[in-house]
Parts: sequence; structure tokens; C-alpha cells
Amino acid sequence: MLYLLGPRALPLILLGMGIFLAPPYWKKVLVNTAIFGILALSWDLLVCTGLVSLGQALFFGVGAYIAGTLNHYWGWPWWVTLPTATVAGGLLCAGILAPVLRLRGIYFAMVTLVLPLMLVRIIEATKILGGTEGLSGLQTFPSSWVELVLSLAAFFAVLFGFRRLMGTDYGLVLQGIRDNDRSVLSSGINIHWFKAQALFIAGATGAFAGAFMTHTYMFVGMPVFALDYSILPIAAAVVGGMGTLAGPAVGAFILIPLSEVLRALGALRIVIYGLFLVVFIVALPEGLFPYLSRKYHQFERWVEVE
Amino acid sequence: MEVHPLLQVQELTKDFGGLRALDRISFTLNQGESLGIIGPNGSGKTTLVNVITGFLRPTGGRVRFRGRTISGMGPHRIARLGLGRTFQMARPFYHLPAYKNLVIPLFSPRVRRLAGGRYGDRDAVAIDLLEEVGFERDSFVPFKPASVLPHGYLKRLELARALAIRPELLILDELFSGLSMAEVSSTVPIIEHLQAQGITLIMIEHRLRELFRIVDRVIVLNFGRKIAEGTPAEVMESEDVKKAYLGSE
Amino acid sequence: MFLGTLVYGIVNSVILALVALGFNLTFGISGIANFAYGALYVLTGYGVWILLNEVGLPLFLAAPAMVVLTAMAGALLYRVVLIRLRGMAISEVIATFGVGLAVLEFFRYLGFIGFEYTLPPLLDGSLSIGPVFLDLQRALIVIVGVTLTGVLWLFTHHTRLGLAFRGIAQDEHTAMCLGIHSDRVAMFSLAFGGGLCALAAVVILPIGTISVDAGYDVLLEALAVCIVGGLGSAVGVIVASFILGLAQTYTAMYMGSHWMMIVTLVAILLILTIRPSGLFGKQKELEERI
Ligand SMILES: Nc1ncnc2c1ncn2[C@@H]1O[C@H](COP(=O)(O)OP(=O)(O)OP(=O)(O)O)[C@@H](O)[C@H]1O
Ligand SMILES: [Mg+2]
Repeated sequence: MLYLLGPRALPLILLGMGIFLAPPYWKKVLVNTAIFGILALSWDLLVCTGLVSLGQALFFGVGAYIAGTLNHYWGWPWWVTLPTATVAGGLLCAGILAPVLRLRGIYFAMVTLVLPLMLVRIIEATKILGGTEGLSGLQTFPSSWVELVLSLAAFFAVLFGFRRLMGTDYGLVLQGIRDNDRSVLSSGINIHWFKAQALFIAGATGAFAGAFMTHTYMFVGMPVFALDYSILPIAAAVVGGMGTLAGPAVGAFILIPLSEVLRALGALRIVIYGLFLVVFIVALPEGLFPYLSRKYHQFERWVEVE
Repeated sequence: MEVHPLLQVQELTKDFGGLRALDRISFTLNQGESLGIIGPNGSGKTTLVNVITGFLRPTGGRVRFRGRTISGMGPHRIARLGLGRTFQMARPFYHLPAYKNLVIPLFSPRVRRLAGGRYGDRDAVAIDLLEEVGFERDSFVPFKPASVLPHGYLKRLELARALAIRPELLILDELFSGLSMAEVSSTVPIIEHLQAQGITLIMIEHRLRELFRIVDRVIVLNFGRKIAEGTPAEVMESEDVKKAYLGSE
Repeated sequence: MFLGTLVYGIVNSVILALVALGFNLTFGISGIANFAYGALYVLTGYGVWILLNEVGLPLFLAAPAMVVLTAMAGALLYRVVLIRLRGMAISEVIATFGVGLAVLEFFRYLGFIGFEYTLPPLLDGSLSIGPVFLDLQRALIVIVGVTLTGVLWLFTHHTRLGLAFRGIAQDEHTAMCLGIHSDRVAMFSLAFGGGLCALAAVVILPIGTISVDAGYDVLLEALAVCIVGGLGSAVGVIVASFILGLAQTYTAMYMGSHWMMIVTLVAILLILTIRPSGLFGKQKELEERI
């Protein structure tokens, strides 16, 4: 029994201990990890639908700026800005990217890479939304406990929610679009509509992560569109296992703390992420999670024999 | 009220750049009929299917289904009207078990509408469908990942996928290609059973002997043109057809 | 003033076209989008700089040497990484992106930042077109751009290798049946793209400084041009370069250089809503081959 429950309960137990024992600095890291984990999950949902995004920073930044603007200019409290930014961010991202969904191939990757990097320039040039200074002094969460519990709860909700979603018939249709879009079309299913829905879900999830970060740091500025927020989720997913949803979650919990440890390395960190991407894609394309769960199932069989 | 034929193809033309893949093809098909389309490789058979089912936009001409013009509609809308098709290259949803492959077409709005807006148990329906196309119900085969199924099963899975949306017109693009003799002879009764249910059929096939057992009428394409139409016997008598198949002169 | 802007607008357009041609060529031939493209550009820049200042080669040796080396880097990228990922679009994208990132950030880590990283112009001096003065380096850019376009056209339409490229681009399966080695051609496509990229770097970089961020900018510009023009279409690339190049220059002239990127962004958004596949693109059909 223990070996069955083990892998599922273990992360929860470890996290529970972590919450109580960790020093404040590492609590912050844990929040960060959860947020990046959410962003990685949002990336992976798109992969499940056959879309590769190179610009998760778009979702993240849009959510961050919506929350920041609402709080800064209208003084809305965090518990209103979070859900608003989530929904509005999802709609906005889906709206901007919907036309690209009609194209096959790598168009989606190209456009998603370009958009966030250009949005930064707009903010820089027009000096709207605080320009290069950004908006600071935003409302934070009432306590670090609220922050931590909320972020972890959101992370697990997204993780298990997405896993559940992919198991439903609706989720199968999304996966079918990845495997063979023509077969899905010839079944009378409008793949563009389904992809737009997936984009909304992923966009909303990413926007939530961005909005959360805004309130964590009490600040929103141009860095939210930076490449880091596009790369880390991809790296987490590739390391953990693309298209599995559990993989990116595992990957985030490896990479984000690791990147705290490596903070001293500065620019070399991103070099390492880049190499991680290449090495894992070439050498272990399935990622750690599927690899480990295969080993685990081998172990399971071995237990039965005994 | 005027009664329309099920499918009318009128002067259908398709160009790929300079290549005319279809050249003013016309034919009609009535409810319950079975039509064969034959022709040498590259003669435009698959292109014809793609244009009829909306995967390609015709350069000229039009297609009507029950009198309604469907050329220009998207493939999913055409499918919802009841045109099912298989693909020549059977590519399943590799990540999923065989029966889950059918859950996707069973999610189609058409299926829901025919069922009166209710969701059924798609898994059960899927397994029934697989049995219909010859997957052994009490074996593990329906539960195996599609990626490990042998070619013969993939072809039949492809057929089941097209059947899942309960089509009125079913277009089969080289269903028999790559099947062994035994597999073909076990598939023929499945198709005859579909005919008995009243499904209208278009079959593209290179295996003429089996095809002629199934269909009432045959169209022959060569270089995008229709060079003959008639019963199998008539068509095989035609000089043009002999030339097309045996090479001219 | 207007005329001057026109001249500089044309130069800017040619720069965009030069930058995008290599990316587009690789994609057009092998269907691989090389997201390490910006890294190759910067690699050339720093490579020439090192050869000049550390090794002490003269410019007329250093520049061609780096063009060849960068082309080989492109080929290497295919041989070592991409060959294992052929056909898996998602992995191809991520792998090239990862390589580009690693190379660019490695230069940043090594400390290649600052104004001393400039390349000497290949040609010194200036010429005047009516009232407008144009330095010879910019004139050279235009000449190289025009020549290159012509050579590329001749190459793809009139040489065996070029025809093989076009064959692969149109139908990989058929080309393979006709005895065209698709792996080798794909490797060539990356080498050629890399070489073009290096050539662009060698002629363009002397008018500014070499920086890591130029790598990202170049990739962005190449992508923007390809999105607007239509991926895989050479005509599209050239038309889009001129639309974007002229629009950018006039905007910079009359509204300030901050607004240049906005023009590009607006163009991309417009194209996406009106014609998602780009002005000359044909990527949207859901057709089945064979
Ligand atoms: N998407 C496409 N773009 C360009 N040309 C195409 C395309 N699809 C098909 N063709 C060309 O159109 C012609 C007809 O092809 P089609 O696939 O319809 O032939 P077919 O009769 O189905 O052949 P087969 O018996 O081999 O399946 C061929 O010359 C083919 O190369
Ligand atoms: Mg065919």
C-alpha cells in the first residue's frame, strides 16, 4: 500500500514540512517555485494541444500588468485583481493569438516569441503604465502565510485540475488535435475553437501567475515581459517531461530552487538553462517524470511477483 | 418538393500552382449507391476526396450535398452534415489506447445531435464500434495504445473513426492498401454490412477485384480527368481505361 | 530631409532583408526554424572581433573566415542536435532556441559588453546622392543585399543543388525517391542560412556596436519580417522588409526612434488579423500529401 500512496503523498508531506521549517527566505523561494510551476503548467497545457509557445512571458506580463494597473490606478484590493486579471488576461491573450491558431507549424512559436519582447518596447516608448519605472508600492498579501498557502494551493489546484481535465473526453480532444488535427476535423470538431479554448485556459493560468507575482513583489514593470519568464517554464517542462503536466511541476521544483542556489553565477544561469533544454531534448526527450514513473512501475511489477 | 441526389459534383477543378490535379470532374451519387473511384497513382483521387470534404478549396466548380452547396465550407462543418472519410495514410491518435481514439469523434457535435443532445457513455460505444470493425471484444487489443497496433488494425481503426460520427456518406480512401489477402477478405463483409444499413459509399481502391464486388458503379480518373464512368464491366472494356492502366501505346 | 529619410529607409530595408533571408532560406528548404539565428549573428560579430584584435588577422581574411566558420557552426547544429529531432517540430524549436540562448548568454557571461566591441567598416568614406550624404559602408550594404538576392535567385533556379533544395522544399518524400539526400540537404540549409547570417553580420555590424542584445533583436527582426511577408516566401521577405524598413525609418524620423518597434508590432498585429499566413505565405492549407 505504502508504495502506491508514496509517490503521490510524498511531495505533499515534504512541502508541509517545508512550510513550517523553512526560513523566510526559502518561503519566498517556495512561493516563486509555485508561481513558476503554474506558468510551466500553463505552457504544458498548450503543448498537450500541440502548440509550442516561446513567449509564456506574454501571459505572465499581461496578467501582471492588469493586476498592477487595477491596484495602482483604481486601488482594487488583491482579492479582486487576482480573479479579474486571470479572466481578462486569458481573454486578451486568446484574442491576440487566436488568428495564429489557423496556421499549422511553427507560426505560433514565432509569434509568441515576438509579442512579449515587443510589448516591452511599447511600454518603454509610450511611457504608459509607469513606463520604464513601472508601478510600485502595490498592495501585498496580508501575511507571508497567506501568500505561501495561496500560491501552493493554486499550484496544486492547477496541477490536479489540468491532470483531471486531460483525462476527460474534452481533454482527449485537445490531445487528439496534437496527434492528428485532420482526423479531428473530419470528425466534425472545430479545432480552431478548441485551440482557442485551450489558449484561454493557458492564458488565464499564466495571467494568474503574473498577477500573483505583482502582489508578491508589490511591483510591476517591464521585466515581467523578459525572456526569463518564457524560458524557465519551458526548461521546467522539458526537464520534467513535456506534455505530462506532472513533469513541468516536478521540473519547476527542481529548477527554481536550483536557480536560487546558482544565483551567484549570474548570466551563466541562463546558459545552463539553455544547455538543459538541448541536452534533455536530445538525450532524455521524455523527461524525468515519465522516466521515473516507468522505473516506478517496473518496481511495482517486481513487488507483485514477490 | 424537388428531390436532390445525395452528392452532386459539378465541374470540379483544382490547381496546385501550375499542376491541374482535377479537371472539371462531374458526377452524381444517389442515396444508398456505392461508387468506386479508380485511377493510376497521382491521378487525383485523393485530391478529389480532399476537395469534397473541404480539406482543399476548389479552384472552380462546386459540390452539393442534398442540394446544399458545401464547397467553401470548412471540413468540420462538412463532416457535421454527415460526410465521413478515412485517410489514405492512417495516422491514429498515437498517445491514446485504441478505444479512446474513438472517443474523440464521438465527442463530435453531430453525434450529440443525433443522440438528442445527450452524452452517452462514449467508452462503451467506442468498444462496440471497434467490435463492429473486427477488433476482438474479449481481447486486450482495444485497450492497447494505438502506437503499437499493427497496420491492419490501424486501417480498421481508421474506418471505425469515420463510422463514429454515423455518416450518411462514407468516403474510403484506399482502405485496403497494405492489407493482407486475409485481412481484405475479412474487411469486405464489414463494408457490405454498412451498405446493407443504407450508408452511401465512395471507395477509392487499387485492388480492383475486391472493389468490383462491392460497388455498383465506377469512375476512372487519369491526370485529373474523368475518362470513364459506368458499371465495373463497362469500365474495364473501355479503351481509354486500358491505355491509362497499361501505359499508352 | 524627405529624400534623406528615403535613402536611409532603403538602407534600413535592405538590412532587414539581409537579416531575414538566411532564416527564411533555412526554413524554406528544410522546414526548420532556426531560433539560434541571432546567436549565429552575434557569434560572427565577436568572432571577427577576436580574429582582428586578439589573433591579429587583417579584416579581409577575418571576415570571410568567420562567414565560413559560422556556416560550419550551422551545419554542426544540424549534425549534433537537429538530426536527432527531425520531424518533431516542438523539439526542433526548443532545441534551437536553447542553443541560441546558451551561446548568447555565454557571451554576456564572458563580459563582451561595451562600446569597444565594434568592427571596422569594410569601406571608408562617403558618397553623396544629390544633397544626401551616405557613408560607403551603408552603400556597400545595399550593394551586397541586391547582389545576394540576385545570386540566390540564380542559384535556386539554375543550379543542380539549388533545384534539389527547391525539390525538398516542395515535397520531401518525392525528392527522396528521386535520390536527393534529405539529411544532407537539410544540413546544407542550416549551413547556408548560417553563412548568409554571417555575411549580413559582417556588412551590417560595422555601422553599430556588437552586443548580445543585438542577437535577440536580429532574431526578432527576422521573425517579424517573415511573419509579415509569409514564412518561406522569398518575395514576401523582400516586400515585407521594404514595408517595415521604410515605415520604421519614417516613424523614427518624425516621431522618435522609440516608436520604431511599435510600427513593427502594429504591422504584425494587422497582418495577423487580415492575413495570418503573411502577405505571400501559403502555410495554412490543411492538405494531405501523397
Ligand atoms: N498539396 C499538394 N500540393 C501540390 N501538389 C499536390 C498536392 N497534393 C497532391 N498533389 C499532386 O496532385 C496530383 C494528384 O495527387 P493525388 O494524391 O490526388 O493522387 P492519387 O490519385 O490519390 O494517387 P495515389 O493513388 O498514389 O494515392 C499528384 O501529381 C500530386 O503530386
Ligand atoms: Mg491517393
